[in-house]
Amino acid sequence: MDKTISDLMPIFRDVLEDDTIQLSESSTARDVPGWDSLNHIYIVVAIEKRFKVKFKSTQIQAWQCVGDILKDLNENP
Amino acid sequence: MGHSRVAILGNYAMQFAARSLRKAAKVSGLPVDLYLADYGTADMELLDPGSGLYAFKPDFIVWHESTLALRDQFYANREDDRLGYALSAVGRIRAHLERLERDLPGCKVLYPNHPAGFEDNLFGHYGYKLPTSWHFQLGKTNHLLNELAAEADNLILVNAWPVGRAEPLTDYAMVVNADLHYTLPYLDWMADTWVRIIRCHQGRFVKCVILDLDNTLWGGIIGDDGIEGIQVGSLGVGKAFTRLQKWLKELVGRGILLAVCSKNDEDVAKGAFLRHPEMVLRLEDISVFVANWESKADNIARIRQVLNIGYDAMVFLDDNPAERDIVRRHLPDVIVPELPEDPALYLPHLIGLNLFETAGVSRTDLERTRQYQEEGRRQQLAQSVTNMDEFLASLGMKARITPFQEQDVERISQLTLRSNQFNLRTRRYGVPDIRRILQDPSCETFSVSLKDTFGDYGLISLVVVELTDDGGASIDTWIMSCRVLKRTVEELLMNHVVERLQARGVTRLSGEYIPSGKNRLVEDLLPRLGFQPDGENRYTLLMSDFTPFQTKIMTLGQDDK
Repeated sequence: MDKTISDLMPIFRDVLEDDTIQLSESSTARDVPGWDSLNHIYIVVAIEKRFKVKFKSTQIQAWQCVGDILKDLNENP
Repeated sequence: MGHSRVAILGNYAMQFAARSLRKAAKVSGLPVDLYLADYGTADMELLDPGSGLYAFKPDFIVWHESTLALRDQFYANREDDRLGYALSAVGRIRAHLERLERDLPGCKVLYPNHPAGFEDNLFGHYGYKLPTSWHFQLGKTNHLLNELAAEADNLILVNAWPVGRAEPLTDYAMVVNADLHYTLPYLDWMADTWVRIIRCHQGRFVKCVILDLDNTLWGGIIGDDGIEGIQVGSLGVGKAFTRLQKWLKELVGRGILLAVCSKNDEDVAKGAFLRHPEMVLRLEDISVFVANWESKADNIARIRQVLNIGYDAMVFLDDNPAERDIVRRHLPDVIVPELPEDPALYLPHLIGLNLFETAGVSRTDLERTRQYQEEGRRQQLAQSVTNMDEFLASLGMKARITPFQEQDVERISQLTLRSNQFNLRTRRYGVPDIRRILQDPSCETFSVSLKDTFGDYGLISLVVVELTDDGGASIDTWIMSCRVLKRTVEELLMNHVVERLQARGVTRLSGEYIPSGKNRLVEDLLPRLGFQPDGENRYTLLMSDFTPFQTKIMTLGQDDK
């Protein structure tokens, strides 16, 4: 079953330690307080662990917004 | 206790290691101040005495050189330089350590060695035969680092290979994306190791293993199966228990105390140690033997009383999850590792936990078990006499009090590192620090060795006093082993301190009690010794006001036996 924004939200809130975070598919790092390059890595690792997936380095580098993460997440086997 | 000042240097994205370290420190209750050097500046920071690193005055430096990054550097060398790669890499580290020893005395450097998994297989196994290969130079680097660790007092070489873990050390997608050379779980594991080492150098380390017997130290239940029926030795599952016992025996040899805490009849339980031909551990290896049918939490409290060490210096091993749970709930500071269900896995599991960090070993470690057995006999005597003076007199105590001597520096350093309770200011000193103090003409030092009719305690107390020019002096350190509490050693020592200071023209001695959370025992030491209050936790004694104490200890001269 495809993952949605509501599957990612708890991970962002947990890593960024902020329960008020709201995400949409078009959210970018600039829209979310605390989502810097360091925390980005913690978010990636947390998503990989939670959904037992492994992103390619080319995928991670191409992400512009939350929607891009979701798309790759749902394409991973 | 104050915050530990820890600097982090390295040649990959070190913010991740810093975050792991902060987390690990918090979990283990170690307050830290961190300094994170800019990315890739380790060599510059270490070379420049005006750098942020030196200004920060760290107690510890974690210096993590990524094996992957070193591999890239290695390839940048020309063929003929590759032959000397390891020598020059370790030579560079040695030079930094010497500079640190001089400019940041007392600061320790935690340097992880190079774990397996970063070979390049350019030549396959032929790499072992080819001194110009990375494979060869990587192995040599580790070997030279090991030799350096044996020489350099300020280097703590950290084993970067996670024994007992199967997960990969590196996520190569993250290397590409974030210059993160190790996985986050690996960095968490590594940071946990760093924190454990730092705590150990602050005197927080394991001193005793408390053992259950049935199905922990041997297979089967001795009360049901009898001595002949328990499994230990060269047959079947007995081999696993034998191997565990051999390892525990090695621990005894290096100064870790073993205690037994078992639900059994004492005679039955001891029978195995006395009469089973294949038992590796013998009664003389056990410092305190408690076998009865009472609660294990109560029995561990009893063991603690005899040994006089903190609960956080004890590991409790028991195959029974219910017993582990009871001890965890009643004595939360005792370290209670899970044990796998399969006895064959007990030992590899325990080795993987790396519970027995130590900052040093000395001859005294090796005698510790015997000393605690003597203590057991003293306590029996104490129960049989009712009058304290009479008891003290019957011990026939003899003390030797001398300035610090070269042959004792290891033991002295160790006392400063190990002692938590009878420790006035909790200053921790490594061997080089002690040598510095020993040679400092403005310091008066005192060490006390004690023996009695039951045995030799060895060197059990020390005092460092710093003299000022104006006829004043202050107590830098006052430490005593808790094994000689209530023996009037501190009174005897005080007599000597005053005598020697007066001979040097000191008229006024000041002292300070620094609470550490563990040294309540010496809260009132200074007033007890005749000092007058002089501010919060501060005290002063005018030498002219001092009346020597009566003690039951005979003082030996330098040459008396």
